[in-house]
Amino acid sequence: METVASLFNYWVVIVLMTIALYIIVAQHNLIKKVIGLNIFQTSIFIFYISVGNLEGGTAPILKEGIDDYSNPLPHVLILTAIVVGIATTALALALIVRIREDYGTIEENEISERDRT
Amino acid sequence: MNIDLAIDLALLGLLVATAIGVARTGDLFAAVMLTGIYGLLSASFFVVMDAVDVAFTEAAVGAGIAPLLMFTTLAMTGRYQQNPKFISAASLAVVAAMGVLLIYASLDMPAFGSPDAPAHLYVAPRYLTQSMAEIGIPNAVTSVLASYRGFDTLGEVVVIFTAGIGVIAILYSKRIEGQPERPASMHQHRVLRIVGKILIPPILIFALYVQFHGEYGPGGGFQAGVIFAAALILYSMLFGVKTAKKVINYAAVRLLAAFGVLLYGATGVLSLFAGQNFLDYDALAEDPVAGQHAGILFIELGVGITVASVMLLLYFAFADRQRLEGDD
Repeated sequence: METVASLFNYWVVIVLMTIALYIIVAQHNLIKKVIGLNIFQTSIFIFYISVGNLEGGTAPILKEGIDDYSNPLPHVLILTAIVVGIATTALALALIVRIREDYGTIEENEISERDRT
Repeated sequence: MNIDLAIDLALLGLLVATAIGVARTGDLFAAVMLTGIYGLLSASFFVVMDAVDVAFTEAAVGAGIAPLLMFTTLAMTGRYQQNPKFISAASLAVVAAMGVLLIYASLDMPAFGSPDAPAHLYVAPRYLTQSMAEIGIPNAVTSVLASYRGFDTLGEVVVIFTAGIGVIAILYSKRIEGQPERPASMHQHRVLRIVGKILIPPILIFALYVQFHGEYGPGGGFQAGVIFAAALILYSMLFGVKTAKKVINYAAVRLLAAFGVLLYGATGVLSLFAGQNFLDYDALAEDPVAGQHAGILFIELGVGITVASVMLLLYFAFADRQRLEGDD
């Protein structure tokens, strides 16, 4: 029970990662794949923030009389990663819009079929 | 079992349920709605984990701007995916194997929240104990983001700027200019229009507060930028891109996106000329701490301007592209 409580967050991250990877690999729809990438990305965010958490700590805004803070470094890395993530997601979506205009579909199998013929 | 742990378990459980929902639905509209919920849930989780700055950003991006851009894409690509019930046994086996291996590896992880975890031992204590004397601002996240790791953050801002340019390069077409404007997507909803009108000014003011109070409370350029952009995007959804472009000068927004990066870089060069390293703000004033304050103020402003402008440009690029729909 001790192990379960102390590792539960990491396991949830792994489950989310697995679901997201399945969406990316197995589903043919390109938008679905982008959503999968987003879920995968967020699972990494949850992992970093969980690692940075400190039992009994508080948010890293320094104040007299408080000694325990969560680790600010993962927060910095993840908050920039979120904004970079939306910018790259937008780039992927833009490519999907163009693919749809040229191929008439955003299903991966149909796209490769059209490329072969 | 304390209340924090209970909230933690509940939020993580809901996250998994949402992810499964996304995987199973064949309706992309529902899938995007679920990603919005997923973003909001993870933002709540970050609050529980004491990562308030991250929660801010995730709430504005994950629950706001990301689903919005996906909806705009859906409007051009169609709502339903084909073969939603298709299950690939091979992929399922591979990802399940990966999951099992990762769980096996996780047994070696230090316990969650443990003070002896390597993550808490090396550089983090220095940030927490020294930053007040060296930088002189209470929010350690801002100290690390803008000063200790300022070079890294410059890289991130450049990535955002480049992605913005990329989207415009991919989606812009001369043919767009000749197309008639599309009516605003939500203009017919009177309640949304009036509530939106009331909400937009406070959101803008709140964004400015987040920008300039980021040294003392949670906040900073990234959060302020996305919140500011979210308000303006809301405006263009309610009243149409054409009206929005009357309020917001499109050419100026493009210039501002570059100006933010330039402001950031120029602050670095300024400290270079003052005889210190690139982005070492100690050199910007007589007193090193005052120099740090000035440097952080400038670069956070640069970040805020670039992030807000790029988010706005992204939305405009997608919304304008919709005007081409139906002519081919």
